[in-house]
Amino acid sequence: MSDTAEHTEAAEPVLTFLEKVHAKAEQDQVDGKYAAFEKIEDVGIDQGVARLTPEKIQKTINGVLKGECGTRMKTYVETCVHCGLCSDACHHYLSNDKNPKYSPVGKVKRTIWNMLDKDGKLTPEECREAVIVAQTECNLCRRCQQFCPFGIDIAYMISTVRRISFKLGITPQYIQDTANSHSVTMNQMWVKDDEWPDTLQWQEDEGRDEIPRLRIPVDKEGADFMYSVIAPEPKFRTHLINQAAVIFDQAGCDWTMPQLPGWDNSDMAMFTGDFETMGRVKKMHYEVAQKLRVKKIVMGECGHAFRSVYDVGNRWLGWRMPPIEMVHSIEFFAQLFREGRIKLKDKYPEQVTFHDPCNTVRGRGLHEDGRYVANLLTQGVVEMSPSKLYNYCCNAGGGVINCGPPWKTKRVLSNKIKAEQLARMKDRGINTIVSPCHNCHGGLEDIIHHYGLEMELKFLGDLIYELMEKPGAVE
Amino acid sequence: MDTSTWSWEPGERLIVDLNACKDKYEWIEELHVSPDGEKLGAVVNVQGEFSACINGEAWDETFERVWNLKFGPKGQLTGCASDMGEWKFVVDGQPWDDTYGYVWNTMFSKDGSKICTAVQQDMKYGAAIDGVLWENLYENATGFVLSDCGNHAAAAVQVDQMGQAEIDKFAAGIYTVAVDGKAWNTKFTNVFGLVFNPDGSRIAAEVRLNLYDYTIAVDGKPWTQTYQGTWAPTFNPVSGAVIAPVRQGGKWTLAQDGLPIWDFFVNCWQPQFSQDGSTLAAIVATALGSWTVAVDGRPWNVTADAMVSDLVVSHNGGLIAALGKTGEQWTAFVNGKAWPNRYDMAWAPVLSPDGEHVAAKVEKNGKYTVVVDGKEYSRAGDNCFDPVFSPDSRFVLVKMVEGGKYYRRVVPIAEFK
Ligand code: SF4
Ligand code: SF4
Ligand code: SF4
Repeated sequence: MSDTAEHTEAAEPVLTFLEKVHAKAEQDQVDGKYAAFEKIEDVGIDQGVARLTPEKIQKTINGVLKGECGTRMKTYVETCVHCGLCSDACHHYLSNDKNPKYSPVGKVKRTIWNMLDKDGKLTPEECREAVIVAQTECNLCRRCQQFCPFGIDIAYMISTVRRISFKLGITPQYIQDTANSHSVTMNQMWVKDDEWPDTLQWQEDEGRDEIPRLRIPVDKEGADFMYSVIAPEPKFRTHLINQAAVIFDQAGCDWTMPQLPGWDNSDMAMFTGDFETMGRVKKMHYEVAQKLRVKKIVMGECGHAFRSVYDVGNRWLGWRMPPIEMVHSIEFFAQLFREGRIKLKDKYPEQVTFHDPCNTVRGRGLHEDGRYVANLLTQGVVEMSPSKLYNYCCNAGGGVINCGPPWKTKRVLSNKIKAEQLARMKDRGINTIVSPCHNCHGGLEDIIHHYGLEMELKFLGDLIYELMEKPGAVE
Repeated sequence: MDTSTWSWEPGERLIVDLNACKDKYEWIEELHVSPDGEKLGAVVNVQGEFSACINGEAWDETFERVWNLKFGPKGQLTGCASDMGEWKFVVDGQPWDDTYGYVWNTMFSKDGSKICTAVQQDMKYGAAIDGVLWENLYENATGFVLSDCGNHAAAAVQVDQMGQAEIDKFAAGIYTVAVDGKAWNTKFTNVFGLVFNPDGSRIAAEVRLNLYDYTIAVDGKPWTQTYQGTWAPTFNPVSGAVIAPVRQGGKWTLAQDGLPIWDFFVNCWQPQFSQDGSTLAAIVATALGSWTVAVDGRPWNVTADAMVSDLVVSHNGGLIAALGKTGEQWTAFVNGKAWPNRYDMAWAPVLSPDGEHVAAKVEKNGKYTVVVDGKEYSRAGDNCFDPVFSPDSRFVLVKMVEGGKYYRRVVPIAEFK
């Protein structure tokens, strides 16, 4: 008997990670976490909505729709046949039991169409719904656009709703604060003018413990490129600056970083629809590079900043293309490897999977370069399904993670589909995700943690730094 | 900058052979050259400590770090230096009396007689002119400027405390302009683009009145008109009128004392008057990806698809130049015409005192030289520095590093062919 009992205990089924995700999701349902989406409070939205008047609502909505949107919006609205082919593209829809209100077209219905139908006469409550949809239920990831037979750009429509929300004064608190930081400091995290060069200097000092001749050249006029980062690097992830410096130094690059503001390439103002601040920040970014007479700007591993410098911000200012060549780290690292300027002393001992940031893959097609580098560094990339151009967003992007703590649970639960994708990888023995984007790291970390996936996240720079030969290092 | 006392004897002088210095230091950082070309300076690592060298001779003192090396118009070599966790501002090897929490952003008066820096002291911010720090320091300060005469410094300052993510307080306005440490009475959501008038007696700035409305404030008084956006203003040096790029209906124009004076453009910035106030020029985009200069509202025909930068206007407005970048290549636009050659990089155009000639440092195939009126100097070096015209406008000072040797050459304009 006792033998049998022992046997039974040992045989208790071990859950796969995919099963774990399902179990957790069921528990979340039972715990009412999905239902709680409806009750989230946000000071920025709620106090803003309380101040709205019918006149202000109509005037603002129509001001943007009629005054700022050209024929593009009209064409999209008239072209959409409500076929719903885009629905299965959206992680919000897939993660929320295919509730049609989360489908791309459902979100347009709850926002732009409603505004057009009612000639801008929304109730404050409808305005509240619109901003919640636009800022927390869509990442502007443009996955849906790829499935629409007419190529309708839902993200553009949702961006317009954000612009309207900004003008109504109902933007979520935390992301509004981030845009405020941009307007004062020209960076995302209230980093003061002295804190930036000071951080570069202590990172240089740290780096010299390893590479005694390491330099982070500040304001080096005429350098080959300016390296720009996003403000979370000097604020929280300072070692990334040190790592980049070591990589560039050991690869023999001629590079610099500016002393004065303009060093931050990120852009939450783009995501709140505060285009005036976006333009000012992008102008400063390119002007500081121009003053240094660099031939190009290499930017760190960030997705949304790429969209801002490469596509949105530059064009708002009248620059058709970036006025100074803009190179994403993914491309730059690939180039360094192709030119033989980085040699590896080791390989990462495991296979990895690769999460493509929407903005570098759908905005610029950098997925092959990313894999080229990741394959060199590791035992190989195992693809998630879907991946590359069709990768599901992390649900942090588009400024969603920047809406802060009130929206965190909703953000994580609304990407159960990503958790399932990752779990399938984990079940195949893949423990590491490579992703060249800060926001993706933030979003994926929360998902990994919530669903107990026990996976590790790496930037390309993390792996290169760890695995490269460093001829200049002390023994 | 007074160039009349400089040596304008035509010909070449070897100032320093860097090859001879190499063994003295662990390493030598970027090279800087004084405006008169007589001195070459660089940060040097002396057995793990840092200093600056001038023509091969290091300052007496060494520091844990030296950075932000700059020559002033009078030829003084300045830098920021740290020791035991404190920061000093060093001029020709002599630190100012005070030490700071941090010091950066060196600015010189036009003639070089005054030096100003941004300072952080006990986590408060202000400016110091010749080592004299503002009496009032602020929670934060950005966008420092120094008047041409060097007697006044200003910045956008934060005058009230703000807690984490206090968005209403932010929108209501906690920023203003401080001149010589004294803040204006009115608070704004943001302050940008500070500009002094030529004698430093007045100051204008862009102000954001709430999250949506922008205007220009002059000596604390905002214009009555508001706009969707603004860029930095400028003063008419003769009439004292303030003009600024402003955005209305999604397009940009220049406004003078509140009222539009030009047609509308896709963009318009960096307005600049001639010193006699007769001519007003600005960089404009006439369409997406089509950039040029407009003079008194009329755009030139020559355009650049990537960018136009570094606009300069002569005293009487007779000579106007800017850089234009098409594709990845640079050239200069002068009075509406492009120079014949294209370069991998170009530096800000320099105008001759008589308003007849334009010179610029350029880079081609990894070599640097000077171009005058579109014609290149016969030699190109491993490095080269901004050219200067002689007071009589007959010669150009060419400062060039070739084969590790730094030469100062006074070259007649006729030699640029
Ligand atoms: S852009 Fe992305 S997040 Fe937004 S609706 Fe489309 S698929 Fe969903
Ligand atoms: S796939 Fe295109 S046409 Fe169909 S509902 Fe979506 S946006 Fe409309
Ligand atoms: S955070 Fe990463 S995956 Fe997500 S929207 Fe940005 S780039 Fe997309």
